Amino acid sequence: MRKYSVAAIVREALRYNAGWERAWRSPEPKKQYDAVIIGAGGHGLATAYYLGKNHGIKNVAIIEKGWLGGGNTGRNTTIIRSNYLQDSSAAIYEKARSLYETLSQELNYNVMFSPRGVMMLAQTEHEIRGYRRTAHANNLQGVETEFIDPKTVKKLCPIIELSGPRFPVLGALWQPRGGTARHDAVAWGYARACSDMGMDIIQKCEVTDILKSNGKVVGVETTKGVIKTHNLGIIVAGNSSILAEKAGFRLPIESVSLQALVSEPVKPCMDVVVMANTVHGYMSQSDKGEMVIGGGTDGFNNYTQRGSFHHIEETVRALIETFPIISRLKMLRQWGGVVDVTGDRSPIISKTPLEGCFINCGWGTGGFKAIPGSGWAMAETMANGSPSQLASAFSLDRFREGRFIDESVAAGVAH
Amino acid sequence: MLVILCPYCGVEAEETELTAGGEAHLERFGPSSSDSEFENYLFMRKNEKGITFERWHHTYGCGKWFHAARCSMTMEIFGTYPAQTSKPPKKLISMIKKKRPEWGEGK
Ligand SMILES: Cc1cc2nc3c(=O)[nH]c(=O)nc-3n(C[C@H](O)[C@H](O)[C@H](O)COP(=O)(O)OP(=O)(O)OC[C@H]3O[C@@H](n4cnc5c(N)ncnc54)[C@H](O)[C@@H]3O)c2cc1C
Ligand SMILES: [Zn+2]
Repeated sequence: MRKYSVAAIVREALRYNAGWERAWRSPEPKKQYDAVIIGAGGHGLATAYYLGKNHGIKNVAIIEKGWLGGGNTGRNTTIIRSNYLQDSSAAIYEKARSLYETLSQELNYNVMFSPRGVMMLAQTEHEIRGYRRTAHANNLQGVETEFIDPKTVKKLCPIIELSGPRFPVLGALWQPRGGTARHDAVAWGYARACSDMGMDIIQKCEVTDILKSNGKVVGVETTKGVIKTHNLGIIVAGNSSILAEKAGFRLPIESVSLQALVSEPVKPCMDVVVMANTVHGYMSQSDKGEMVIGGGTDGFNNYTQRGSFHHIEETVRALIETFPIISRLKMLRQWGGVVDVTGDRSPIISKTPLEGCFINCGWGTGGFKAIPGSGWAMAETMANGSPSQLASAFSLDRFREGRFIDESVAAGVAH
Repeated sequence: MLVILCPYCGVEAEETELTAGGEAHLERFGPSSSDSEFENYLFMRKNEKGITFERWHHTYGCGKWFHAARCSMTMEIFGTYPAQTSKPPKKLISMIKKKRPEWGEGK
């Protein structure tokens, strides 16, 4: 792989950009691999990357039914934060956030990580108490956050209306090293690095069945034929229940639609991420100038990547109260993704009842921020055949054992 | 916007009048059940891609719970029926089978 660098830009400028290579190969599948990952979203690609980099397992295929990064990874609003309440969540999300800090250098691919700061508004007494508690917990966990007063909120984000009619801003939980990254670039960067290690990314290839023998996984059936493996990772977000059924077990998951929208580009007016959980909306400004807006999920199961219009309407209405300046902005695009929501709203990284088959899912409305940490922990779990320390709290048996990871205070809204 | 017929008051209710209540016909398990029965009842879900039976609440209407058969891929509503039953009516099942011959019931 030729490195991207300033020298490469100069070199290519001098020869009409004729020397750029394809970022990854598109091979036909081999008959057998040491490990197979289903799903080339951020989590699947990161898992493959750390399997190779941290554990030396490089004979790996990543199988994707559409195009890589075309699932929720390419549809999300890219908020990155790690200000969670419970220790096990803070550990894995902070691992991910800290990996994001140097991911561009690590992958030699600009993922545009921008630690511009994330602000979660407190608009009720309950939220104040909840966020103060989270700030204390974060201090103990070594995650830098603080509870700030309305004056500081206004200083950090001048376009905010503090004394809105329904829910005045009473303060905020502030994580200065939270922010955003370019979602596609995260998938592309990992894909390029995986391909460079000799891994096969097989796109437009759907896994249609999971092959078992004596309670162990032996391979997968795909639209491009049978591929054998004894080490399988299912990392397919909204489609998890379908593949779990083929593997012979059930999941505590429901697939629902989550939507987002972006406005026409405007001049820079907001250099932080603001989340307003009480009124169900959040907003940031992309480098192109578009206001990136996300809202809540629909209440019913849905596999269509389309959501109900009235949810978008509610979100926009709520955000106009908080940011009156956006009331006449035109919206350019709106879309949905199928997110995988678990019974306790926390993710699953786990062994499964089928030996050799592992699952990583349940990131729901907020797994973009977790991609590097989740891949790190999943790779360790698949390489050792047992849950890594980061992953152990997120195992499937927690639902039977009642060990829930209750993050309802830290994550009251889609994020 | 989904439009679902409430089998009690007969109103063609819009989605905003209704609250979704999740998978229908879950078998209830109490304190004397095994851990896995209890886990299944509380958390494990079919989450079908395709035909799904679910509960709905006519929140801003008659206030009653009822059942609906819906496709989670096309959003087609096949029919609704009252809450006082532990399985979908036979007539509804055969109507769905006629419309979707490839459908494997009860998977
Ligand atoms: C509108 C929206 C906004 C969001 N905002 C945020 C945010 O601000 N911050 C945040 O942290 N998170 C956010 N999220 C959540 C985040 O996008 C997801 O948690 C994350 O991207 C999940 O990544 P993944 O790799 O697990 O899944 P995906 O990116 O969905 O990848 C799964 C892949 O598996 C493939 N697949 C499925 N079935 C098969 C099969 N049978 N065979 C082969 N391949 C298959 C799919 O095609 C897909 O490409 C948002 C989500 C949405 C929809
Ligand atoms: Zn009614």
